[in-house]
Amino acid sequence: MKRIFRKLFWAWEFDKEEEWLNAMSAKGLQLCDVGFCRYVFEEGLPREYVYRLELLDNVPNHAESIQYIQFIEDTGAEQIGTLFRWVYFRKKTDGNEFNLFSNIDSRIKHLDRILVLTGILSGVNLLNGGTQLHAWISQEMSFNFTVSILCFTVGILIGYGFLRVFFKRRKLKKEKILHE
Amino acid sequence: MTMENIALTEAVYYILLSLYSPLHGYGIMQKIEDLSAGRVRLAAGTLYGAINTLLEKGWIHALPGEKNNRKKEYEITALGKKIATNELMRLRELLTNGEKIIEGGSK
Repeated sequence: MKRIFRKLFWAWEFDKEEEWLNAMSAKGLQLCDVGFCRYVFEEGLPREYVYRLELLDNVPNHAESIQYIQFIEDTGAEQIGTLFRWVYFRKKTDGNEFNLFSNIDSRIKHLDRILVLTGILSGVNLLNGGTQLHAWISQEMSFNFTVSILCFTVGILIGYGFLRVFFKRRKLKKEKILHE
Repeated sequence: MTMENIALTEAVYYILLSLYSPLHGYGIMQKIEDLSAGRVRLAAGTLYGAINTLLEKGWIHALPGEKNNRKKEYEITALGKKIATNELMRLRELLTNGEKIIEGGSK
């Protein structure tokens, strides 16, 4: 029997999302399809799979992404689905840990992708908010004011996410002075 | 100082060692795990990035495989062997000095 859960995770909360999927797996609920704020689980064995997600360099149907997903699948994992540039993998529990990254460098590179994504989205929204506000001040149009506030709110929220990832990356960078 | 004189990462060093005979991606992961008696478990995403960098550098190359065979095999190049040999010499120096000071001092 399939069960659908609706839940929102921000891009910078991908590790929390992973934790949640793995906690569901521990309860015997195995993710089988994914959509926007929508998770489809089927009943299986507790801890049958381990879940990992990754923000790809390109859109999922890009040749490089296809090649990458193929490579990961050849190592025994399976792709459950993709959402925007995110890909969801799972692997049957075999007593060994399942991770996509095993050193600090590759973890930093992944965070870099999230930084670029959140940085651009936050910047565009803040810039648009500023432009709208400027238009409202000079022309006194109420429409622009509402849009402006909306853009600023979204921009600040995503900007907060950007900073969260930024500090996580800085911690890894410091760690790299001592370890790989 | 050229970049070639800087220490290799553990992942790169072990990938080079594992490719003295041709292997595909998953084979590399297994070989490294065997070589290190289970200590080093390279994750697939990390391995993929490392393979692409090593291909660009010309330290390894992809073998021309059959068209239907989607699992590409890789092998170390002459340049890669030179890099691995240099790393071996560097590691030997680290080992000798470590033994001299850490073990020599406690005796």
